[in-house]
Amino acid sequence: MATPGHHTLSVLVENRPGVLSRVSGLFSRRGFNIESLAVGPTERHDRSVITIRVDCTRHSVEQVVKQLDKLIDVIHVLEVLPDMAIERELLLVKVQADAAHRLEIMRMAEVFNARVVDAGAESLLLECVEHPDRLAALEELLSPYTIVEAVRTGRVAMTRASIANGESRPPLRIVG
Amino acid sequence: MSSTTIEQARQRTGRMLGSEAIIRSLEAEGVEICWGIPGGAILPLYDAFMAIDHSIEHVLVRHEQGAGHMAQGYARATGNVGVCIATSGPGATNLVTPIADAFLDSTPLVAITGQVPTHLIGTDAFQEADITGIVMPIVKHSFLVQRAEDIPKAIHEAFHIASTGRPGPVLVDIPKDLQLTEIDFAYVEAVDLPGYSAEFPRQLDGVDAAAELIAQARKPVLYVGGGVINGEGSDDLILLAEALQVPVTTTLLAKGAFPDSHPLSVQMPGMHGSKYANWTIHRSDLLITVGARFDDRVTGKLDAFAPGAKIIHFDIDPAEISKNRTADVALIGELRTTLPALRDAVLARADNAERQEQQGDWLRDVQGWRRDNPFRYKKGEKLKPQYVIEAFGKALKGKDAIWVTGVGQHQMWAAQFLSIDGPRRWLTSGGLGTMGFGVPAAIGAQQGCPDAYVVNFDGDGCFQMTLQELATAVCYDVPVIHAVMNNGWLGMVRQWQELFHGERYSETNLFGTIPDFVKLADAYGCLALRAETEAEVDAVVAEAIAARRPTVIDFRIDHEEKVYPMVPSGAASHEMIDQAWDNDWIEEGV
Repeated sequence: MATPGHHTLSVLVENRPGVLSRVSGLFSRRGFNIESLAVGPTERHDRSVITIRVDCTRHSVEQVVKQLDKLIDVIHVLEVLPDMAIERELLLVKVQADAAHRLEIMRMAEVFNARVVDAGAESLLLECVEHPDRLAALEELLSPYTIVEAVRTGRVAMTRASIANGESRPPLRIVG
Repeated sequence: MSSTTIEQARQRTGRMLGSEAIIRSLEAEGVEICWGIPGGAILPLYDAFMAIDHSIEHVLVRHEQGAGHMAQGYARATGNVGVCIATSGPGATNLVTPIADAFLDSTPLVAITGQVPTHLIGTDAFQEADITGIVMPIVKHSFLVQRAEDIPKAIHEAFHIASTGRPGPVLVDIPKDLQLTEIDFAYVEAVDLPGYSAEFPRQLDGVDAAAELIAQARKPVLYVGGGVINGEGSDDLILLAEALQVPVTTTLLAKGAFPDSHPLSVQMPGMHGSKYANWTIHRSDLLITVGARFDDRVTGKLDAFAPGAKIIHFDIDPAEISKNRTADVALIGELRTTLPALRDAVLARADNAERQEQQGDWLRDVQGWRRDNPFRYKKGEKLKPQYVIEAFGKALKGKDAIWVTGVGQHQMWAAQFLSIDGPRRWLTSGGLGTMGFGVPAAIGAQQGCPDAYVVNFDGDGCFQMTLQELATAVCYDVPVIHAVMNNGWLGMVRQWQELFHGERYSETNLFGTIPDFVKLADAYGCLALRAETEAEVDAVVAEAIAARRPTVIDFRIDHEEKVYPMVPSGAASHEMIDQAWDNDWIEEGV
């Protein structure tokens, strides 16, 4: 289970100008805080998915789902339950790596399925696609070597193939 | 517009400019009248208004805010979509207040704005404002049209969205160059809105559970909001209430949705509602909520609102269910479906007669509270506003009258002292509380209902916010009576300052700066009257009603008169303060 209070919403929207600001504006207007947000195209060119991570109560998340559903450009909203979904995020991290520590860092990266995508005299640039909790663990382990720069994409999620039964984005029914 | 005319308009095709396509699209939606002001970015549309034959009356107003409120007044009085038009930049931003008002009070409104030409968008061009961005949090939807051939589709979808489900405002922003581009016009019946369906989510499986809660209740009350008017649910509501034999309270927005004169009515709840409505809610064990949204002006302190009551909630908007108060049973859908369904379910129960008998004591208690605690005021040397309102009510009794107000004390007095027995006959700005709503909304309502008597009860503060529209009223001969309750103060704020801010009247005294409203109205070409005493009231009311021309009456009322009873801000809704006959403060409670 996710930490109580954290919810991931997968918002299927029409791929039109202004949609992202309608969605993000709704969060700020209704007083909900966005922890992470990722947006990108889907299997259809006229649809995008906005994946939003919020920290709020169950009552608030139900309210935000209903309010999102009212936006004309929102086709549907799915709350992604961790047990039922695969969640991934991409991390790029540049870490100080002199000759003495370089191999150590690379071995650690291997454990996390991170790849070295670039290297300089004093630093390594790693790329890792993993569950966000694993990325946090990797960052933690790298921190003693001094992280020069790190950037994450925000999580994306998809219902497990075994659960979806071939159905695309089974909607979650929200009961009042 | 007749249905054949609309059908003909929908058959029309041809090569035309985008500007003409706007007018042909409005005709196809059945629009007969719209309000606006021309300007640079909307000039091609206004050129088309004059250049082509069409069936739409355009009303030239004096300020775009007036256009928006007139469209609202029209929409709320008739049930049709109201249409207002403005140019880019300042024209569009002047529509922001009416759009916000329409959003909070769920009024179907389509605002059409000109925008700078597409190649200038984003360059801070002359009179450029990102109006779709500005109104984003206060519209049901908005369109920035990007291709001229999309104009008919955008306008059709705007009307569809504004008028279906929970109604609301939709803005269509059309760059000037697109208005000047030739397109092949054809009315598009279909809407391409995968995220919006006119088949609204329905949740009817609660009907039996609701009937069960009603059967178990001993102290039920129907708590009715503006959704009943939008949903054309008044007739079904009356049938349900009479079948149940339970008290009915109607919010400020719902006034008229259930007849004030009905023996089951306990009238308005909330901050300035009746004692008996608030006591009824406070003591009830079941709130049957119909198209209402537990607004803070109704509930007072939310935790203390109807503390012992279970909640049945009817609404067309699922987002209202359990937003402020958790519902035990929700019925989502159109009231014309859900209200009769509940009535049938209640009447079908074997224990219905028993239920009515058990709830009979409750109804008698409530009706006793109503009898013993009427809205009241004290006569004095100075003219009382309540007397004026009652005089109008008596003078127009039995006639088709539409009552409009501004926002403040006069609005609350009118809500308390007018008895209104039908929907769409009480138009007031509730959610946004827009001072200045009255003058233009009344004009729009009158233009939609030419045969009705339309009275705008306004305050002197409100009146001065939009009174330039008297010129519009005179130009188009719109015979609204504007009854200004002139106390020389921003009265409601003054009341709060007197009661809660140590009588520090910070910036609320308008004395000395109020123009002579009689001279002013005369200058605009209105019939201008004044009354300063009770003795003068009946004569000016009669003269105004008989005149059937734009009229302003300056009623010089007692500036110390306050609105009672009152739930102080943050208090529980049954903790009302009132003025006793001996002038001492008393606390009233259940």
